[in-house]
Amino acid sequence: MTTECLVSRQQVLLSVACCLLPLFGCRREIRELNPPISSASRPLPVRVSTLQPGPTMGAPAALNNPYEGNAYAISKGQQLFEQYNCSGCHAHGGGGIGPPLMDDKWIYGSSPAQIYLTITEGRPNGMPSFGGHIPAEQVWQLVSYVRSLSGLEPAATVSPRSDEMQARRAEEKK
Amino acid sequence: MTDYAIDERELDATWSPGRGIIGWLSETGHKEIGMRYIVTAMCFFALAGIEAALIRLQLSRPDNTILGPDAYNQIFTMHGTTMMFLFAVPVMEGMGIYLVPLMVGTRNVAFPRLNAFGYYMYLFGGIFIYTMFALGAGADAGWFAYVPLSGPMFAPGKRVDTWANMITFTEVSALVVAVEISVTAFKQRAPGMSLNRIPLFVWAMIVTSFMILFAMPAVMLDTGFLALDRLVATQFFNQSEGGDALLYQHLFWFFGHPEVYIIFIPALGFISAIITTFTGRKPFGYPVMVSSLVFTGFMAFGLWVHHMFATGLPQLGQSFFTAASMMITIPTGVQIFCWIASISLGRLVIRTPVLYVIGFFAVFIIGGLSGVMVASVPLDFQLHDTFFVVAHLHYVLIGGALFPLFGAFHYWFPKWTGRMYSERMGQWAFWLLLIGFNLTFFPMHILGLNGMPRRIYTYGPHMGWTTLNQVASGGAVFIVLSVVCMLANFAISRRRGALAGSNPWNADSLEWATSSPPPSYNFLHLPVVAGPNPIWDAEPDPPVVVGMATGHREVLITKTLDAEVDHREEIPGHSLGPFYLAIAATIALWGAIFFAWWFTIGLCLSGIVLIFWFWPAREQVEVDMLREREEATP
Amino acid sequence: MNGFQSAMHPAGVQASELHHLWNIFLCVSIVVYGITLAAVLIAVRRSHRRTEPLADAPSERRATIAVAIGAGMTFVTVLALLVASVATGRTVGTLGRLGTAHLEIDVTGHQWWWEVTYPNSEPDKSIRTANEIHIPVGKPVELRLATRDVIHSLWIPNLHGKRDLIPGRVNKFWIEADRPGVYRGQCAEFCGLQHANMALTVIAESQDAYDRWLEHQRTAAPEPVTDAQRRGRQAFLSLPCVNCHAITGIDAYATAGPDLTHIASRSTLAAGTLINNKGSLSGWVVNPQALKPGSNMPANEMTPQQLNDLVAYLESLQ
Repeated sequence: MTTECLVSRQQVLLSVACCLLPLFGCRREIRELNPPISSASRPLPVRVSTLQPGPTMGAPAALNNPYEGNAYAISKGQQLFEQYNCSGCHAHGGGGIGPPLMDDKWIYGSSPAQIYLTITEGRPNGMPSFGGHIPAEQVWQLVSYVRSLSGLEPAATVSPRSDEMQARRAEEKK
Repeated sequence: MTDYAIDERELDATWSPGRGIIGWLSETGHKEIGMRYIVTAMCFFALAGIEAALIRLQLSRPDNTILGPDAYNQIFTMHGTTMMFLFAVPVMEGMGIYLVPLMVGTRNVAFPRLNAFGYYMYLFGGIFIYTMFALGAGADAGWFAYVPLSGPMFAPGKRVDTWANMITFTEVSALVVAVEISVTAFKQRAPGMSLNRIPLFVWAMIVTSFMILFAMPAVMLDTGFLALDRLVATQFFNQSEGGDALLYQHLFWFFGHPEVYIIFIPALGFISAIITTFTGRKPFGYPVMVSSLVFTGFMAFGLWVHHMFATGLPQLGQSFFTAASMMITIPTGVQIFCWIASISLGRLVIRTPVLYVIGFFAVFIIGGLSGVMVASVPLDFQLHDTFFVVAHLHYVLIGGALFPLFGAFHYWFPKWTGRMYSERMGQWAFWLLLIGFNLTFFPMHILGLNGMPRRIYTYGPHMGWTTLNQVASGGAVFIVLSVVCMLANFAISRRRGALAGSNPWNADSLEWATSSPPPSYNFLHLPVVAGPNPIWDAEPDPPVVVGMATGHREVLITKTLDAEVDHREEIPGHSLGPFYLAIAATIALWGAIFFAWWFTIGLCLSGIVLIFWFWPAREQVEVDMLREREEATP
Repeated sequence: MNGFQSAMHPAGVQASELHHLWNIFLCVSIVVYGITLAAVLIAVRRSHRRTEPLADAPSERRATIAVAIGAGMTFVTVLALLVASVATGRTVGTLGRLGTAHLEIDVTGHQWWWEVTYPNSEPDKSIRTANEIHIPVGKPVELRLATRDVIHSLWIPNLHGKRDLIPGRVNKFWIEADRPGVYRGQCAEFCGLQHANMALTVIAESQDAYDRWLEHQRTAAPEPVTDAQRRGRQAFLSLPCVNCHAITGIDAYATAGPDLTHIASRSTLAAGTLINNKGSLSGWVVNPQALKPGSNMPANEMTPQQLNDLVAYLESLQ
């Protein structure tokens, strides 16, 4: 306590720097509580294959996942996964009637736009078409969660377990 | 030059605080560390006060839109967390670290580098949670963070992980202080200061230290379990896999209830110190006062289930906790009666510290009585988790800890700075606080009884709670003005106040026997205590300890019961070890919320730092070997 | 103060006992505070006027006796309050009052609504509703509390204190209304973003009125009468609504959200957040997030025609 004036120059600079921190807030923690309304029933220009003819590659997807890397959306997706009975066919990622979602094999592509299409359009051999039956915002939350099941989302956004009975013991890591 | 002048120069050179950045970072002097605790705690108090102001702003009108639910949840969580973990406990710790060595007549705490480490852990913990808060990851599950709301399924992101790991920082810091205070108070007292001559404030800090030692591990364990559940999928609190959500509550409140006494008991020590000084007579009923402190400390551990009365635990067990919760009023009540007796028998000089003490009586007793109400299981069924409890907790914490703390600030301000504060501004600050506090919190008793639950971000206009909420929010303005007035008083008086001299209050404990502010070595010669009143009953030329080394930092160790001289102990001076160790611990704990292996890396780094910390200096080894040879030869 | 969510306006057996206990504690507290504060202020005044501290033995002895008396009186007072508390606790808590034919209601907490089930040994006689409890006056009712997600707490202050809903446990307590009335309860354990808007209505009515209500709740949803209602039912079945909400009598069985079979008979929407009328219902159906941000019901895109029809259908579900 030997400074002369009430607040030193270093203290002022430090306070200003701290006030600028919120500008660097990360998208992991954002919680969008009142997103714009949109339906999941419109047709969408998304390429399901990575192959394209000709020398120029067109844009792969016209869809962007607004919840990429967002922990809140992944958590919501986890709850919706149970609520809409995705686990009825996919179990908790291990698969059963439906293919596993925890592995690297993606029949119809693993990009967010491709998973979105899979959910909304449905797929042969049993995947129902959810387009128009659940809102787009919830589909995106499911997309983020499904991607997190096979480790495609940042580890910091994913919760390691739900509050239900576990499919495997904690020590059996992916 | 006289011998004393040479001593003074040498002592000053040996004990002086460091200069520059390296000097600041390597500081181990207890007064510097203590003042850092206090100043840092007051910064967090200001932050938590801003959060409180935002809460009152949001609740001032029904259906208000200043804060949405997410922002409000973060703000009230940060308010509670900051006040409890980053302000209340550290400020009491800081007062103890500064005052206890002075009051017992020694030069520093028992383990100076550990002391510095404790401060850095506290500072880094606070920086940690506030940085994450600024980055959008503020804790939002309440300051208590019950599972499953705070568990991996319902609290996404890193908000609760930050909170859980921050707890470890502050609790390590508290444990460090507990060790410092208890060892210093037991082993470094001035010769002749037997246990029954220790000032009551030191007794309060001793009891607090023991409470910290037993309570903090429970919350570190609890938040450790929570962090593990969230990070590596353990099942401690997962009902479906054999865990138990109530386990979290038991462990938390086993800490949580002693925690409020950890905050409250040092304040009881402040009251005793202020009353003793301003009534001019020894405290009434000293043995009863000490027993009450010890008894309260013990009983505080038997009350925790009263936070869980609504969870459906068996009735008979709950009644036990009702009984214990009500019985704890008895030792505190006895202390209050003894203080009234002290005042009644003495000659009271009314200054700002005394006003705050009277404010304590007026406010805390209301809190204690509302506490007896919520201690009753059936009444608690109605009052639990309502604004009645918000009122109760603020009456006991502000009345029982903050009023005495502000009184203590005014009381020891002359000792810390060497100047007197402005008495008029002090009285203004007091009255503003008393009026503002009651305006804010008294209506909350009524709100709770009329159905307003806690932790709600808004309420409907038809509920009938609007008027009282407006009154409460209006009162908050007075509280802000009071704190601003007090801080302005201190800031101005530090430079322009009247010079205080070493004992402006004619007080009786040893810190007033040295200059204001105290020199870096506390006392030119360590005092010798001959009776219960070391200053009032001192002879004209009191005996002192001579022969202590002045070329290196040395303290006198005395026996625990009667403070007979035992031996001299060299204690370390400046060191960067504590700072580096705190950095390593921060890497471990901050990194661990993202990636579990950072914890291990941080621990390894800590191990390396500790090796360097404890590596004996070459000169020191030679000196020690020389001493051993001298002692060995007859 | 309005008395419909207040511990100070007891309308039930337990709440009356608790109110009585409160009065005892309040009176004792006022007396204790008055005496203690008076002692403090008198001591301050006397001490301030003195010129020298008193140090003689008789004064010390008088003070010792005073402190001892104070301690003794504190002990006796606390003991008396303890006895009153335990006695009231036993009265209020015992389930023994319930005979074998008592009424049992299951309340399950969700983030941020109350699922209320009236179980029956015959399954087709049990009903499932949301955010509203009807009870007959003068009969003890056992509430069995469970939760589907986090800890909540059911609190209906006019009738009783609160009890937590804890995952993995079923907490049971009984309430009994002693006069008819409409009361409001609210969640009293912080449970997330919309903890503030998780209320429910409790209607205590005569046995006849209650029986009529229960019988009516057991019926399936009424058939639509107008074209708009018919289109509205179609809208319900084709929009996302059917994926979360059940309506008895049509192909809607989902249990994620409240049962809507008799939604128009309820007094509030969104767990006590909105009055149940056409405007609120329309706004809620189209964008719940604007009214209760963070709640689990998503916004739903629909044409204005669909909205009108849907609301017409829902309003017919008396």
